[in-house]
Amino acid sequence: MWNVALALLPATAVALWQFGIGAAIVLTASIAGCMAVEYIINRFMLRRRFTLANGSAFLTGLLLALNLPSNLPVWTVLIGCIAAIGIGKMAFGGLGCNIFNPALVGRVFLLLSFPMLMTSWPLPAENIWNYTDATTGATILSILKSDPAAASSVGMTAELTGATGGSMGETGAVAILLGFIWLLWRRVISWHIPVSIIASVAILTAITGGNIAVELTAGGLLLGAVFMATDYVTSPMTHKGMIIYGLIIGIITVVIRRWGAYPEGVSFAILLGNGVTPLINLWCKPRRYGETGKRRAVA
Amino acid sequence: MKTFSIGGLHLPENKLTAGQPVERLPLPAEVTLLLSQHIGAPARPIVKKGDTVMRGQLVAEPSGALSSAIHSPVCGTVSRIDTVKTPQGLSAEAIIIKTDESRPDALCSLSPCSDVVEATRAAGIVGMGGAAFPTPVKLTPPADTQPDTLIINAAECEPFLTCDHALMLADPDGVISGIRLIMQATGVNHCVIAIESNKPDAIKLLRRLTASIPGIEVMIMQPRYPQGGEKQLTEAVTGRMIASGKLPAAAGVIVHNVATARAIHRAVTLGEPLIERIVTVTGPALSRPGNYLAAIGTPLRTLIEAAGGLPENTGKVIIGGPMMGRAAATIDSFTVKGMSGILVLPSDLSSRQPEEPCIRCGRCVSACPMGLEPYLLSTYSRMNMTDEAIDALVANCIECGSCSYVCPSWRPLTDFIRIGKQRAISVLKSRKQS
Repeated sequence: MWNVALALLPATAVALWQFGIGAAIVLTASIAGCMAVEYIINRFMLRRRFTLANGSAFLTGLLLALNLPSNLPVWTVLIGCIAAIGIGKMAFGGLGCNIFNPALVGRVFLLLSFPMLMTSWPLPAENIWNYTDATTGATILSILKSDPAAASSVGMTAELTGATGGSMGETGAVAILLGFIWLLWRRVISWHIPVSIIASVAILTAITGGNIAVELTAGGLLLGAVFMATDYVTSPMTHKGMIIYGLIIGIITVVIRRWGAYPEGVSFAILLGNGVTPLINLWCKPRRYGETGKRRAVA
Repeated sequence: MKTFSIGGLHLPENKLTAGQPVERLPLPAEVTLLLSQHIGAPARPIVKKGDTVMRGQLVAEPSGALSSAIHSPVCGTVSRIDTVKTPQGLSAEAIIIKTDESRPDALCSLSPCSDVVEATRAAGIVGMGGAAFPTPVKLTPPADTQPDTLIINAAECEPFLTCDHALMLADPDGVISGIRLIMQATGVNHCVIAIESNKPDAIKLLRRLTASIPGIEVMIMQPRYPQGGEKQLTEAVTGRMIASGKLPAAAGVIVHNVATARAIHRAVTLGEPLIERIVTVTGPALSRPGNYLAAIGTPLRTLIEAAGGLPENTGKVIIGGPMMGRAAATIDSFTVKGMSGILVLPSDLSSRQPEEPCIRCGRCVSACPMGLEPYLLSTYSRMNMTDEAIDALVANCIECGSCSYVCPSWRPLTDFIRIGKQRAISVLKSRKQS
């Protein structure tokens, strides 16, 4: 857990650098909120032992914050924390028992409940000292949604460094990739899920005639592929299963971006991928030693 | 370098006693021979209290096809036949023989026998890698199988253990002679001696000595746990897998431990039954860890004393290696034919962390050398879901401990799977009967 938090350090730094005070407030509220919700549920509702030390609530809070716009009011963030930890995790039985990624449950809950607040994106750099009063603008993906020809006007430097509008942790592609390298190097995750998501999005974008570089760096794709979809609890166990899971997420993302009502669909795609993970686990068994053919099921 | 293809781990080797010569311990004042120190039925005693016995004399005979003879490793007097504790703390019958210091150390040889299988049976030889399966049974593969390869298991993939390594350096000629006898007995004309690359001196020595012998080759294996498992080694060496529930012979191979090969040589050419073996006594806090040649039935305390005595901070004594071995419930017990090591661990290395929830990271699945899903099997076991466990192939588990080793939540996966496996096997047996 703490390794993942460490891997998120570059992305968090970019968020603070680009979105300033707003990012700091949302980050603090989200992490504190998630840990408080877990503590309260454990202590007063489930009467279980203290579990904050394993870092899971901290990480959920951090990931939730990085998936939110930096001008979101604190009360909204706290509702997101309750949805993430309370509904997304503790309702299923706590760590290891949840079906859906808790941070994404929180984010999608907020997106559906407060669509206006969740889609007004502060402009980076100029809003370092502004919080809810930040000036906002459209993201590249929403521009593309209304005018597919606008792709050529996108500045790639901004996309790579995070000097663009969006959820505060998803904009700095380079920072996220640094985290990816760290996770691979420390063997926290394997390459299978991120690569199959990114590759399927790239291939489908190419087939449907989109701009690959923009589709890959814009929106939550990288953050989702590296940090959200790879959550151990909600992703498949075998490498074969991971690749199928990645393909499902990649395909759904492109379908939503191209033909769906929303400009961005990574969160939905990952949650749908989480939903089919138990099925994938049932289907993709590891390569067995010494087993040939199908075994007759015991009635 | 070859290795097996499914799962496995690279473990820290901790071979503290690598390269140490074999040291022979003096005969203990008293030996305690457990009647059940092999797989199968316990041996039946043929001596009674007060009998004088010679070194190498038969004291208990096999009580069935799957059983083994037991011989006295000392000249002395049978002081009693009694119930003693096994290292696991269970009660078991044993013959206790008091050593007679005054009598010459002469060996009462086995009657000469040219038939290797018969000689092996008469000498009470069992697999010395740990399982202690009666060797004569393995030397007579079923008639419907045609083994073409003999694999000599010298992988010694367990951390800490070095008894096979020491044996190869001490008596390579005995090993090779034993191999030729096995090849002769089984009619197999191709032998692979599989040694992990962390024993370069043994590889070099055996390569030199077998260079002129057709049919015997030394294969260097990439160190990987559990390479010494029969199924893993077979696949690593030949690329063939042993179908579950089948013998290695069904895949055309016969696998014997290197120490077993040497024991066969001693039995057939010298008429010496299996009365002693090399035991690695090791541990980070021992002052004199080493490879000790000791009589079967030597008290564990004597061996630990020889290695410098039990350190004060000892948390656990493990019989065998750290992965496959079992913690000893008592050290007031005795060595048996299949005991390859005694590992003395300080308490800081042997204490268990409190378990955390399973986060489904899949490391146990990646590590499992049998391609099972340990997280699932251990849950089935905890929930008493035996039918589901059987469907998930719990009976295939080789209890290598890899899953528990890699689990980041310190869950005792192997322990629960072992319970579930025993339950599953008894259910499968009763199903077969009905």
